[in-house]
Parts: sequence; C-alpha cells; structure tokens
Amino acid sequence: MLSRTAESLFWMARYIERAEATARLVEMGRRMAMLPGAYGQEEWSSVVAAAGAGAAFDPGERIGEAEVCLSLILDEDNPSSIRACLDRARNNARAVRTALTAEMWEGLNDGWRWLGGVEAATIQQDLPATLDRIRSLSALFRGAAQTTMLRGERYDFLSVGAFLERADMTLRLLDVKYFVLLPETGLVLDSRDRYRWISLLQATSAVRAYHYVYRGDFSPSRIAHFMILNRDFPCSLAFCYSGLRAALNRLADRYGERHDCHATVEKAVRQLQDREMDDIFDEGLHGFLLEALRLNAQLSGELSRAYHF
Amino acid sequence: MFDEMTGEGAGIRAPYSEIAAWIEASGLDTLRRHTAEAEDVFRRIGITFAVYGEGGDPERLIPFDLIPRVFAADEWRRLERGIRQRALALNAFLQDIYHRGEILRAGIIPERLVYRNAAFEPAMVGVNPPGRIYSHVVGIDIVRTGEREFQVLEDNCRTPSGVSYMLENRECMMRTCPELFRGGNIEPVDVYPEELRRTLEEVAPPACDGDPVVALLTPGPFNSAYYEHSFLADLMGIELVEPQDLFVDEGLCWMRTTQGPQRVDVLYRRIDDAFIDPLSFRPDSLLGVPGLFDAYRAGGVTLCSAPGTGIADDKEVYVYVPEMIRFYLGQEPILQNVPTWRCSDDEERAWVLDRLDELVVKEVHGSGGYGMLIGPHSSAAERSEFAEKIRRDPEGFIAQPTLELSSSPSLSETGVAGRHVDFRPYCLIGRTIRLVPGGLTRVALREGSLVVNSSQGGGVKDTWVLAD
Repeated sequence: MLSRTAESLFWMARYIERAEATARLVEMGRRMAMLPGAYGQEEWSSVVAAAGAGAAFDPGERIGEAEVCLSLILDEDNPSSIRACLDRARNNARAVRTALTAEMWEGLNDGWRWLGGVEAATIQQDLPATLDRIRSLSALFRGAAQTTMLRGERYDFLSVGAFLERADMTLRLLDVKYFVLLPETGLVLDSRDRYRWISLLQATSAVRAYHYVYRGDFSPSRIAHFMILNRDFPCSLAFCYSGLRAALNRLADRYGERHDCHATVEKAVRQLQDREMDDIFDEGLHGFLLEALRLNAQLSGELSRAYHF
Repeated sequence: MFDEMTGEGAGIRAPYSEIAAWIEASGLDTLRRHTAEAEDVFRRIGITFAVYGEGGDPERLIPFDLIPRVFAADEWRRLERGIRQRALALNAFLQDIYHRGEILRAGIIPERLVYRNAAFEPAMVGVNPPGRIYSHVVGIDIVRTGEREFQVLEDNCRTPSGVSYMLENRECMMRTCPELFRGGNIEPVDVYPEELRRTLEEVAPPACDGDPVVALLTPGPFNSAYYEHSFLADLMGIELVEPQDLFVDEGLCWMRTTQGPQRVDVLYRRIDDAFIDPLSFRPDSLLGVPGLFDAYRAGGVTLCSAPGTGIADDKEVYVYVPEMIRFYLGQEPILQNVPTWRCSDDEERAWVLDRLDELVVKEVHGSGGYGMLIGPHSSAAERSEFAEKIRRDPEGFIAQPTLELSSSPSLSETGVAGRHVDFRPYCLIGRTIRLVPGGLTRVALREGSLVVNSSQGGGVKDTWVLAD
C-alpha cells in the first residue's frame, strides 16, 4: 500500500474521532451550564481547553456558550472545530477514495455536505439535534467501516488512527479536569463536585456504563479508574492502547516486520495492566497524564517513521 | 435538422422505438422524479467536477439527462471502423514525426506545422515507446448532421477525460430505470476498466520482468478530473499515485509504500507533459517526478500517453488527419473531418473574416468551449472583437462552418424536447485495438445551444449501442 494512503487513512480516522469527541465536549458543556450554581463560565473554558482550541480565544476573554459553540462547531479558522475536522477528514478521504468502501465514503460525504449547510442560527436554535447528528455521523462511518471494509492493512491503519486519537482525547479531557479527581480534602461532598465528576463521564458518553460497571456512587478514584485503567470501556486509555497494540500486531504479522512503535505500545499496555489507581494517585495524576500524552506523541512519530509517511 | 429520434421528421426511427414508447408511458412527472433520483445518486457518490475561477461551489455536478441516446448496431459498426482507423493513423503519425518524418518529406503536411508547433516535443525524437504506441486512449469527438453523416470535430490523444461518466451514466440508468434493460438488447460498457488495464499491461517496458505493475498518476484531489482518476484506479484495481509517491532510482520507477519501495512498470498518467518531470520539461515546476522521463526513454517505465502526443490533437494538425489515413493506411477515411479553415493562411483568413457571422471560430490551443465564437449566435460587437483577435494572432485560430448538430430528445423545463448532442467514444490501443460499444454523449441543455461542454451548461446522457 502507498505510504500516502496509509497516512491519509490514519489522519482521516483521527479527524473523525476528534470531531465526535469535540461534539461530546460541547454536549458536556451544555449540560453543565444548565445546572444550578451558574459555573457555566468555568465549564466552557475547560471545554475549550480540552478541545485544544485555547488559541481561538483571547486569554482572559469571557467565554460564553454561544461563542464556544460557534467556534467549536462551525469556525473553519479554528483548526479544532468540528467543521475543520470534517473538512480535513474528507480531504484525506478524497485523496484515498479507492481505499474506502462506497458506504464509508457516502457516510462521510453526506455528513460533510450536511454540516456545510448548517448555519449559526441553526446551532443557536437547536444545539442538541446538531450535536446528535454529528455523533451519528461518526457512528455511521465507523459502522460502515466495521461492516464493509476488508480486514486488511487499510483497516489496520484506520484503527491505529482512531485508537490513538481517542486515547489522546481522553487524556486531554483528564488533563484539563484532573483537579476535580484529586483525592477529597474535605469530608463533605458538595453537589458541585458530584456534577463535575459526572461531567467527565458525560464527555465520554459513559454515565450509564459507569453505573453498570461500578454499581454505586460516583467517586473520583473510580471515575479515574474507569477512564484510565478499565479494559472494557472504549474510551479508556487501557482499551485504546489494547486496540492499538492489536492493530499494530496485525500489521507486523502482515509485513513480517516489527518497529519501534511495536515495542512502545507493548510496553505501555503492560504498564497499564500492572497499574493500580492508587499508585497513579500516589505518583501524581497530573504527572501521569503528561507522561501519557508525551508517549502518544512519541508513538505517532514512530508510526510515521515505521511506515514511511 | 436531423433528430436522433425522429430523423428528418418522418416518424420515430427504429432504434428509438422503445425509448419513444417509454417516454410516452412514463409521463413527465415520472421522468423528472427519476432524474432527481439520479442526481441524488451522483451527488452521494461524489461524481463532481471542479470549476476554476468561477467562484461558488467548487465541486459541481454535471447535469444528467435521463433520456438515452441510441445507436443501432449497423450505425455503430460503421462508427467503429472509422474510429479504429483514425486511432491507428494518429499513432502512425506520431511514430513517423518523431522518427523519419516521411509524411513531411512527402510534402503532405507542412514541416512548419509540426516542427514549430509548441506541442512537438523534441526530447521524444528517436524514442521508441513499447509497441510503437504513443496514444493509448484516443477520444474522438463526433457529431452527426444527418442519417449517414458523421463528422469528427476533434481528436483527443493525450488524456481524454469523461469515460467515468460513460460508466456511471449507465450504472445510474440501470438503477433508476431497470425496466429499460429487461430485453437485454443493450450492449454493456462495464468492461471498459478491464480493457484499459489489459491495454496498459500490454505496453509494459522492456525492463519489466514479471506481471507488470500499473498505476494511475494523478495531479491530486484538486484536479477537476480527480473523481475519474480515483474511479478508474479503483475499478482497475491499481494504485492511484501522485507525483510525490514516486521516485526514480537506477533508471526504474518506484512508489513509496508502507513496506518500502515497490517497482512501477506502467504509468497511466493523467497529468500534463509539463508536469511529468521537472528535470526534463519544466525546471521551475515543483510537481513531477525527477528523472522519470529518462527512465521512460531508457525503457524502465512506460508513460501512457507518451510525452509529445499532443501534437496529434493539435487543431491545425487535425486538418490533415484524412491525409494521414490515406498516407499510412492506404485507405479512404470512413469518418469525415469538418471543413476547417486555418487563419494562418492569408487567403483562408480573408475568407473567414468575411464570413464571421456564419462560422464557428476556435482557438487552436483552446478547450472546454472557452474562447470560441459561434457566428450565428454572436453580436456584431463580439464579431469585431474576434476579428481583431484573429488579425493579431492568425496562427492562434481556425474556423469551421456552424454545424447543425443532431438533436436528441431531452428533458427540458417545458417537457421532452430536442437538444443538440455530440459523442465521444474511447478507443484503446495496446497490442490490439479495443473499443467498448458506447461512449459519452454530451448534450447542450440550453435550447438552441450548440455548446455541449460541461463548463458551458452542457450535460451528459447514457449512450446505448443496440445489439443486432
């Protein structure tokens, strides 16, 4: 396969994943802003930070719902916006049309055409429907890939991109919000903390899954465990890295060649398996997150060296 | 005026009997609904073409007209012979002028017209392409002016585009109007990609020592024909490569893959000569593959079409194609040329300038229906402006009579009405000549318009060749 094709598939998957994650972040912000206590301002700032769109706003600027939504959904000049992500995903898809199935292309192209016609007024009037549509767009694309794509090297590069980006988004979300998960200092939990924790779960569409797995109250260490070490939750770091390892191993089998990226991902998966949440809190959650983000970036570089893109 | 369905007006012609009955039985509403369905299909699969410099939607659909254009089996047989004959003669001409130039020595074509032509590529002199084939896909634009009168408007020898519409139009017709295909009387066209791949494999270079690896070289997603490039690559099961995917090493061409370099033997290139190789053609270009032309010349890789092929579809050289057929093949041309006056000739120019209101004047190097004057449809001001242009640059223009192109029933705003059409078949030349029964019919959707180019409001139709 052409290296450029591999690269385009990798980035297309990343951008689609990023568009969906951004839609979930905006959804989280919207819900938080509706809660009593009026700490919407703070929520929207963290949404912007987690989406990696801090540069689109002046520091110190008061950030409100309307500006954030417009900027994160429709602003072509904001490289983190959903529109910008879909533009780039579609450009990558066009460049490798032959590597996609018709269903995948149609799913992405339909969504791109739809978002192209969405105007600011629509977003203001019906934000939830817009966000739903964005999420269903990526679900449709993934479903199409799942059911129509040959399980060959193309699928593997697509998976690698998707898992890497999803891990990255989870890490960035945690990085912005890690302080709400730090072990409780006071004895009394206020409802405000509870909402902040829930917001993390909402940003990963995982409130129900959390209840199903932990069957109890929200607690920061469980939430952190869920998002970092749980092997069954599709947005957790451990899950994404297992997926990455599987896809990279398939490539290694196919090509009969292992590279630095294989060693890196192998080591990361093993470390995540051996870790306990308490150890991570003892060593410092923030330091752990920064290290994990760095590893993600390193892996991305190793991938492009290994496969010549 | 000749109508494809009603001839000179004496009732429905035999090949159209089914179409006429279908139009009658369906009714306008159904036809319009099918058209909308078809356009939806096109948009969803992304068959668009890019329009430069007009602003607005950068990706546009070519309007699709639902009512097919039909050729009877015997009409097609005659066309086919004429097309093959022409494609052979054009290749023989290219081989000749890049070697001994017999046709020039014989005084049949003026040397000036070839050697001083910008499309003549000196670097190709003495080069022997595999199988002596220069143009592997010849698209010949044919118009009809009567029951038996077919004329060639121009030849496209470099990289004729539009064949994806031939395939997609058929696909779309079969999806939206399956009832029309039940009789099994319509020749299929879907073998084209396979035939193209075979043709390309047949011209593998001497250095190729296994199954030839073929790739389609595209300028990239921003090219107006990108959809077609990816579509064809997909159907042929070959890689779609951009210049940056390729490099030349030790006289061979390689593509960069996830497993390191892989040899490429044949490049079906859909990029212009000027952008093939910056070392040979355009040093200021950042595009292209350095060293590719040398690798080609040394037999390490085959370029389809060969560089320098453009001389054969030059609008002035066109005038001599019937002579080429006589000279190289010793046959009489089956398809006629449209009478053409060259403005570079003093007498012919004077004649043209006197009759601007009757003639069509074209730029020699123009294409896409731009830079054209259609005399009978022009204003006095446009004519005097054109006259001035011709006087300033006589070699830049040719003139032809305004042809009464045949019309074909099409769906218009007011109902089914005749609209002018032309026809482009795609002839493949490798070790054998292959011609898929069909081609692209373009239709001028504006009433009375003679310009079928998509950039000028033209649309496309499915084209049927009926089996005996």
